[in-house]
Amino acid sequence: MALPKYTETRYRIWHYFYIAICTFVFIFLIAPLFVIFPLSFNAEEFLVFSEGMKNLDPDAFSLRWYKDMVYGTKNPWGLAAKNSFIIAIFATLGSVILGTVAALGLSSRHMPFKGIIMATLISPMIVPLIISGVAIFFFMAKAGLAATHTGIVLAHIILGTPFVVITVTATLSGFDHSVTRAAASLGSNPVNTFMKVTLPLILPGVISGGLFAFVTSFDEVVVVLFLAGLENTTIPVQMWTGLREQLSPTILAVATCLIVLSTLILISAELLRRRSERLRGINR
Amino acid sequence: MSNETKQILTTDGIPLEISLKKAERKNKIKAFLLVAPLLLFLIITYIFPIGEMFTRSIDDKMITNMLPKTFKSMETWDGKELPSEEVFASFLSDFKILVDKKEHGKLAQRLNKEKNGFNTITKKLFRQVKRNKIDETQSIKEQIMKVHKRWRNVEYWQAIKRTAPPYTSAKYLKAMDMYLNEDNKITQVSEDRRIHRILWLRTVEVAFFVTVFCFLMGYPIAHLLATLPMKYSNLLMICVLLPFWTSLLVRTASWMILLQQQGVVNDFFVIIGLVSDDNRPEMMYNKVGTYVAMTQILLPFMVLPLYSVMKTISPSLMRAGKSLGGTPFVAFWKVYFPLTIPGIGAGCLLVFILAIGYYITPALVGGASGTLISNQIAYHMKTTLDWSFASAMGLMLLGGVLVIYWLYNKLVGVDNIKLG
Repeated sequence: MALPKYTETRYRIWHYFYIAICTFVFIFLIAPLFVIFPLSFNAEEFLVFSEGMKNLDPDAFSLRWYKDMVYGTKNPWGLAAKNSFIIAIFATLGSVILGTVAALGLSSRHMPFKGIIMATLISPMIVPLIISGVAIFFFMAKAGLAATHTGIVLAHIILGTPFVVITVTATLSGFDHSVTRAAASLGSNPVNTFMKVTLPLILPGVISGGLFAFVTSFDEVVVVLFLAGLENTTIPVQMWTGLREQLSPTILAVATCLIVLSTLILISAELLRRRSERLRGINR
Repeated sequence: MSNETKQILTTDGIPLEISLKKAERKNKIKAFLLVAPLLLFLIITYIFPIGEMFTRSIDDKMITNMLPKTFKSMETWDGKELPSEEVFASFLSDFKILVDKKEHGKLAQRLNKEKNGFNTITKKLFRQVKRNKIDETQSIKEQIMKVHKRWRNVEYWQAIKRTAPPYTSAKYLKAMDMYLNEDNKITQVSEDRRIHRILWLRTVEVAFFVTVFCFLMGYPIAHLLATLPMKYSNLLMICVLLPFWTSLLVRTASWMILLQQQGVVNDFFVIIGLVSDDNRPEMMYNKVGTYVAMTQILLPFMVLPLYSVMKTISPSLMRAGKSLGGTPFVAFWKVYFPLTIPGIGAGCLLVFILAIGYYITPALVGGASGTLISNQIAYHMKTTLDWSFASAMGLMLLGGVLVIYWLYNKLVGVDNIKLG
């Protein structure tokens, strides 16, 4: 963003001011994530940078809290991680299947009442989580699914499908329907056409919708707090309890692992987005 | 007849028009069948329960079902003087059934909420009934009135009559710090007990200011991201996307560390000499913490829609504005800014809707002065177990959100939501 030589001084000042603001905002966005890293290697029990850490004394750093996270006695993180992954995987599968099929219907031009149906399908994303939590709790309590994995998985399918519906309909909007007609004219049945022609083309959209659904489920705490019993605790629930009661550095170790996980998800989402753009580019 | 002869027939001999309509209908059904599983699932597990929240919030059938005969005989009572013998008799017979079912305690509790003092007199009546002291061959009215002097007070009978309707708006009034008084008039609760209205106002205030902060911080960086060459903007985009994908609780935890009194932000203020070391300001467990943390957490939701709109604005428009004699400021204000309004609308409404229902972050960093209406809903769901009150507040919040959602749909369209 080099300025041309003829720029007047006041615009020059304004430009540097603008750059300064942007720098501040970027730091504001990303810095909180980086505070967690060094503190999770703290050898002491306090959540502040000790004198030793400020002087980069190697003794001030340790893997103590990571060990505590994995081996610690009466430590909930193992169970929580297992539950979180099981619930998130099943919720993602459910959301992806229901959401993709619905998106196929929605993007057909024959679909009746498109507006109102779309609004209904997306509503779990717009309705504040606390209200979704109350409503879903009432249903699960009645169905006898409160405090079960099934109940939480169903709840997360509700919350995750809007993302799948949105990403897949977006992918389908650039989809050339003549390829499916070509498949049909060559004698392929609809299911076969979907599996062999449509799905490979919209796969990036489906997977990125699935990633959203996975993160939604993996990070979801409001609804789980209503539904979960002791057996169904998840990582966010454990973090919530931990943060409310006392901030222990173990939480920071867990948080660091979660940041690494989200970095991986970010990279895959970004790669998928590019691939999807490329695939759609061919169709145009 | 002449019409039919002109019609084009398909090979099956069916008129083409009918055949096409049939095919069209078939396609419609096909499309609908694809959507049906998800739609059905959502209606059963989600839309219906929200409806159930409504019935729960206005439901007041408990006493209506407990005292059916009493209310039937009360229909003719004018409510000015003590009711007739018939009312007393049917009340006693209802009460006896309740005693048999051991539900008289519930009745006392609920009536006590309506008017203080019912607990004692219901207990007294219960003892009399249990010992079979009441002789049904004599005047029941006289006997009940002897149980306790309050049974002779017409106000208590009026209170019972007020509980007769199966539906009530009491929970909604309570959420607005109001109630129905003895004369069925809406009254405000005394000033020291008005807690909910403060919470509503605070929720709207926090959501509004968080939206403003997000806009002020999001607009410049969205602009920078949209105008920089790809290789730099992709790198900076990570700063927006990484927080977006990171767990909400992780981000809240990091703000708790940053904002604590011995935290990094305070350290920094001390180093640059803004505050003295022994006078570090409290930045957490109050509104400051809520604002800072919520702004950072919701900022990506502002930047992403703004970015996707700004990306489509050709840079030659600004150049044209400048070449026609506008200063950069004028060119920006008259050309660029109006073109970004759809993005501003989308971002602001998205952030506002998300902020108004926020729960986790305010509960952790907000302290007492940072709690919002969602915290109150959760409190009544989990601690006081007053589910109908929680439902009422939830639906009021939902009403507000739906109005905004409708606006959003009008201005931007739901299908235009862009993710990532």
